[in-house]
Amino acid sequence: MSAPVDMNCKGLVELVTDYLEGALPEAERASLEQHLAGCEGCSAYLEQMRVTIALTGMLTEDAIPADGREELLEVFRAWREQTSPS
Amino acid sequence: MSDRPPIRASDEDLRVVEALRAGDEPSFAMLVDRYRAPMLRVAQMYVSTRAVAEEVVQDAWVGVLRGLDAFEGRSSLRTWIFRILANTAKTRGQREARSTPFSSVWAAGDDEPAVDPDRFFPDDDPLAPRGWRSLPARWDAIPEERLLGNETLDRIREAIDALPANQREVIRLRDVLGWGSAEVCNALEISETNQRVLLHRARAKVRRALEAYLGEEGPS
Repeated sequence: MSAPVDMNCKGLVELVTDYLEGALPEAERASLEQHLAGCEGCSAYLEQMRVTIALTGMLTEDAIPADGREELLEVFRAWREQTSPS
Repeated sequence: MSDRPPIRASDEDLRVVEALRAGDEPSFAMLVDRYRAPMLRVAQMYVSTRAVAEEVVQDAWVGVLRGLDAFEGRSSLRTWIFRILANTAKTRGQREARSTPFSSVWAAGDDEPAVDPDRFFPDDDPLAPRGWRSLPARWDAIPEERLLGNETLDRIREAIDALPANQREVIRLRDVLGWGSAEVCNALEISETNQRVLLHRARAKVRRALEAYLGEEGPS
């Protein structure tokens, strides 16, 4: 086993994405969770990050102009003409 | 990284591909509506103008249709579509003889701290080295109508629009459109580590924008 990883607030904020992505090595994950359990600031930070991700998920795609759409459907129809056994 | 978990085509993907092969236009229109906007943005990362990017997207759809018979479901349909798009865009970008090499398109660049370093005590602080100097606020006390309000979402949109293009596209695919990390890596042909760095920086900036906005006026 690797030695316990020294964890501090300034370092933790840089590991939050790796943590949420499940990409942290076991020793680091354990030490991060231990730090979180005793640190009000870092728990609030992690919670803010979770809220940020959830709110970002509420955005919708920007509308894009409709004109290119019909051209693409034309492309499809032309392709269908070519490929269908006639 | 070479050991990405493979994301195979879903049953729905296979059904859509079957329908396309059979010439079903509504299935094609559905894909176009779903992916045209993100495709256009990714294409714009490789070519010079919006007009060229639109041509690239159109060429990519032609490539998708021509390649349908070869689609074996070894990746998700959208991953496959975006790979065709990226290759089409790169070929077109090469022809344009653009000055920036493609390898730099997804490069993370210099380190940038997720949080303003002034928010922490210095490394040699006797009591709390590298600890929070001012704690982040708890957002669970914020009334829902403010937290979920249109203005909050506008701030997020602005923050995302202000990001460097590669961070912006990664956070859009991951957090706006909800793609998984393996899919994004495969579609954009970037490593898991690279993707995580871009996502980390993007999310950190969106959080900072939210913190600035939500901290503007206390819960009144």
